[in-house]
Amino acid sequence: MQRREARAAWTFSLPALLLLTAFLIVPFVLAFALAFTDQRLIPNPRLPTEFVGLRNFERLLQDATFQRALLNNFAFAAFVVPVQSALALAMAMLVNQRLRGSLVFRTIYFSPVVTTMVVVSAIWFLLYNPTEGFINAFLGAISFGLIEPIAWLQDTRSALAAIAILSVWQGVGFQMVIFLAGLQEIAEQLYEAARIDGANRLQMFRSITLPSLRNTTIFVVISTTILAFRLYDQVKIMTQGGPQNATQTVVYQIERVGFGQLRVGYASALTVVFFLIVLAVALLQRRFLREERTV
Amino acid sequence: MARRAAWTHALYYLLMTLLAGFFLFPVVIMLVSSLKPDDALIMRHMSSGLAFVPTEVSLQNYRDVFDNVAFLKALRNSVLIVGSIVVIGLFVNSLIAYGLARFRFRGRGLLVSVVIALIIIPFESIAVPLLLIVNRFGWLDTLYVQAIPFIADAFSIFLFYQFFIQVPRDLEEAAVVDGASRFRIYWSVVLPLSRPIIATVTILLFLRHWGQLLWPVMVARSVEVRPLTVAMQQFFGQQPREWGQIMAFAAMITIPVLIVYLLFNRWFVQSIASSGVKG
Repeated sequence: MQRREARAAWTFSLPALLLLTAFLIVPFVLAFALAFTDQRLIPNPRLPTEFVGLRNFERLLQDATFQRALLNNFAFAAFVVPVQSALALAMAMLVNQRLRGSLVFRTIYFSPVVTTMVVVSAIWFLLYNPTEGFINAFLGAISFGLIEPIAWLQDTRSALAAIAILSVWQGVGFQMVIFLAGLQEIAEQLYEAARIDGANRLQMFRSITLPSLRNTTIFVVISTTILAFRLYDQVKIMTQGGPQNATQTVVYQIERVGFGQLRVGYASALTVVFFLIVLAVALLQRRFLREERTV
Repeated sequence: MARRAAWTHALYYLLMTLLAGFFLFPVVIMLVSSLKPDDALIMRHMSSGLAFVPTEVSLQNYRDVFDNVAFLKALRNSVLIVGSIVVIGLFVNSLIAYGLARFRFRGRGLLVSVVIALIIIPFESIAVPLLLIVNRFGWLDTLYVQAIPFIADAFSIFLFYQFFIQVPRDLEEAAVVDGASRFRIYWSVVLPLSRPIIATVTILLFLRHWGQLLWPVMVARSVEVRPLTVAMQQFFGQQPREWGQIMAFAAMITIPVLIVYLLFNRWFVQSIASSGVKG
């Protein structure tokens, strides 16, 4: 009986396991191996692939493009993570008031999430147009001409911020929904008891809402951080890493080096670094969540 | 007190309306601009309120997109790719999840841990080695190279697994007594009960793959196999930009998804909520 059950289990698992092995585990392990070689995408018969030790990683340390990409990813995360998480929480609390029509507002706030990033990037490229774009016109109008037109995507100082703004616009509805689910699990009695004790809204927010949302907040912050490090689509469509590497990112560089320049070995070294960052962020989440459990 | 409540309500509505404007204006500008037949007009209106007014209504841009970008071909490719990822993926992933949730066998715990550990691997960290592999096999510039690598998905398996372990076993036990095979039980007893999780996985897989750009950029450049995202990226990259057509193209990618979203709004929200952790 036990053996028949085991056989059935492996039969049920076989298709998924084969696919996961071939298209996830093998390339994942391969990345670590290729990172120590000078493998090219299209092999040159006269120049066989060689083991090059740590050379790729030594180059990484001196690669100005990579350093800029890494810096940009951190800067992007430093802006997007707090802004997007806080805005998402505020929006979740607003639509959670259950006022008439709040379902309609929730539906609107979430709608950019189902809009493909490629499309979002194309629209915002038009909106950001320095001379005729809607955003400069709008900022000029509400400031009575005080805000000068900004060359959003063409200026090294604003290009990454411009991408960050549209990324928040597209993604914040997702985190709002996660926060909303968290908010709805908080028992109403907690607020009632606090009200009887004479607590005001701010006190209730600080001593009931925030602590109850601890795990949700950790999840949102961590997953947004990982998303920030995966930044690619917007850059590919809008700026191609420019101007002067101002919007260069690690994943964009991986694609350019591995696919554009066919340098699979070096791109694999980039990939390894990228994965280690994502892993570190994810482990941070587990650590925080575990601390919660022991309390 | 009542007056204060009225003021707070008014404030909430003001905030909610401002936010709604913020989330709607780009999509409205896209739709309105796509209807204006003249690119110079689009740009002139862009820096005023006229960006929101369909001063002219013409479908010329839409017609041009059909002629210039091979829109239907890209749409067909996207539907085929995402459709097969979702349909085959639902089957393969729920099958292993059911095996893991219901059968007792040596290595079960280890297998579950491995699947959960695999969730952390982002696609970006395997893209280049995978490109090397599929290039060796001569799979570049095909439809299947865009679908097959994504059929098995650790996160979908995990969602199915979580669902199956909390489904009561009574019904399945009745079926065992009736002499049904294990596959038959999975197929005709368990799957019909699993509609909520099937909807969730479908929506999550659809959203992830409909907008995918990195992988098709690397493996699908030709008009015959490129999906909508790559067609858009290539069309957008052409100078000078035909803004009317770009907006019409963007609208045609977006509107079908928006309609499905509006019809199944509740399901979308629930799927996303269940992809998070329990609070």
